Amino acid sequence: MERLLDRLHDGEILIADGAIGSLLIERGLISGHCPEELNLTQLGILEEIAGLYLDAGADIIQTNTFGGSPLKLAAYSLEDKASIINRNAIAAVMNAVSGRAYISASCGPSGKLLKPYGDTDSELILESFEVQMRAFAEAGCDVICIETMMDLEEMLLALSAAKKMAPGIPVMTSMTFNATPRGFFTIMGDRIEQTAHTLEDAGADIVGSNCGNGIENMIRIAREFREHTGLPILIQSNAGLPEMRDGEVFYPETPEFMALKAEELVDAGVSIIGGCCGTTPEHIRMIRSRIADWSKQE
Amino acid sequence: MELLNRISEDLQNGMDEAVVILTQEALEKNIPPIEIMNDGLVAGMNVVGRKFKDHEIFLPDVLLAARAMNRAMEVLKPLLIEDGIPTRGRIVIGSVKDDLHDIGKNLVGILVKGAGFEVIDLGNDVSAEMFISAAREQNAQVIGMSALLTTTMPVMKQVVEMAREEGLYGKVRILIGGAPVSKEYAREIGADAYGFDGANAVDTVEGFFAEGT
Repeated sequence: MERLLDRLHDGEILIADGAIGSLLIERGLISGHCPEELNLTQLGILEEIAGLYLDAGADIIQTNTFGGSPLKLAAYSLEDKASIINRNAIAAVMNAVSGRAYISASCGPSGKLLKPYGDTDSELILESFEVQMRAFAEAGCDVICIETMMDLEEMLLALSAAKKMAPGIPVMTSMTFNATPRGFFTIMGDRIEQTAHTLEDAGADIVGSNCGNGIENMIRIAREFREHTGLPILIQSNAGLPEMRDGEVFYPETPEFMALKAEELVDAGVSIIGGCCGTTPEHIRMIRSRIADWSKQE
Repeated sequence: MELLNRISEDLQNGMDEAVVILTQEALEKNIPPIEIMNDGLVAGMNVVGRKFKDHEIFLPDVLLAARAMNRAMEVLKPLLIEDGIPTRGRIVIGSVKDDLHDIGKNLVGILVKGAGFEVIDLGNDVSAEMFISAAREQNAQVIGMSALLTTTMPVMKQVVEMAREEGLYGKVRILIGGAPVSKEYAREIGADAYGFDGANAVDTVEGFFAEGT
């Protein structure tokens, strides 16, 4: 398969997958339990979910390793199994896609706050990410996706761990921004301009945003990234912000709506479009088909 | 007063060493501890809370200011107890059972504490039973619950139901918050209020005490 970065640099638009957690819950993951624990026992479920998104037309399939860094796994006393948990998740996706899609190894926040704001030393967080990144490199993935980060400093630690332990594997760095009357900021106060420049300087291959917003805000976020970087941009939007309806969680943005709006993401300069919370294989299928039709008209 | 203003300003800038030194200086000048707390520390935290609400400052600034507040309170607390000064009220907080997210809950704790209330933090993964028994044992007037996962929100409903069964409902006010939680959900389960962010949670707690809990 042609290298991911070459295709992006040639101007191709690639589609990534949608939410995994909700599909795991439908298949028996008990709320409050560690989603990555399934990587030790239920590889069939991981393969099935990868297959659903592959069938929906995703070019990039993520692994179930968002909380797979030892610091995060420690909340469930699973830190000693970090390496196997991460390697198994990659192997499952590899089995399911057999070369028909890129494997993106997901890495989420450590769940700790760095000193001096919190109680955790940067060395500890760096080491934790290094364990996870080493496992990614050993199992072999096409790209690493560091996502849902809200602290640029922590993002830099994860990025440097990836570059050190998995040299040669491209890295996508995706942060979560809040819309405020003064513009978009992470909860730690990082702006998009500073994020784009800092991550580009630190060697990120792809930059962007996921979670925290519906697709209309994501279009604004993408435009702002485009103003400040020439790197390919990744956007994985929520299907809107969650609402409660009759005691059930409901994400308001339909597959049709997100697919329609995905065109504006492309206009804004986005190269990889995927989904985050509330998105389903159907969202990805509609986005895929809309972008394919639209590309042909261009 | 000049000195108390400096305490407030240094606290807003997160200068914990300076705030502790100025607090000791104020005590040496025989300024009553309650005045140092209210007109220096709490005044500063109020500005921090407002600026955070208006997105002028962000989480790191709040955390540093809170650290300064806590360090100065370590100096003042024994003296306040000696003087028999009551706190504004007592609140137990926690992230609900099976929820291991705690940034939002910690932030509410910091801001509520900054506003002069006594905060008993039960941590993460707190069951309905633990909330109720802590509220009872600690004689708290408010239970504050946080959930960051849609799947853990039902614990909030259990707490409300248990408060009803135990005769605490109406006596102990129940405040809920967190990304998936909404005003509608609070109404649906019978919680007293929904705090949409940390600063709003403080306003709500103050509202509870203003109307008498």
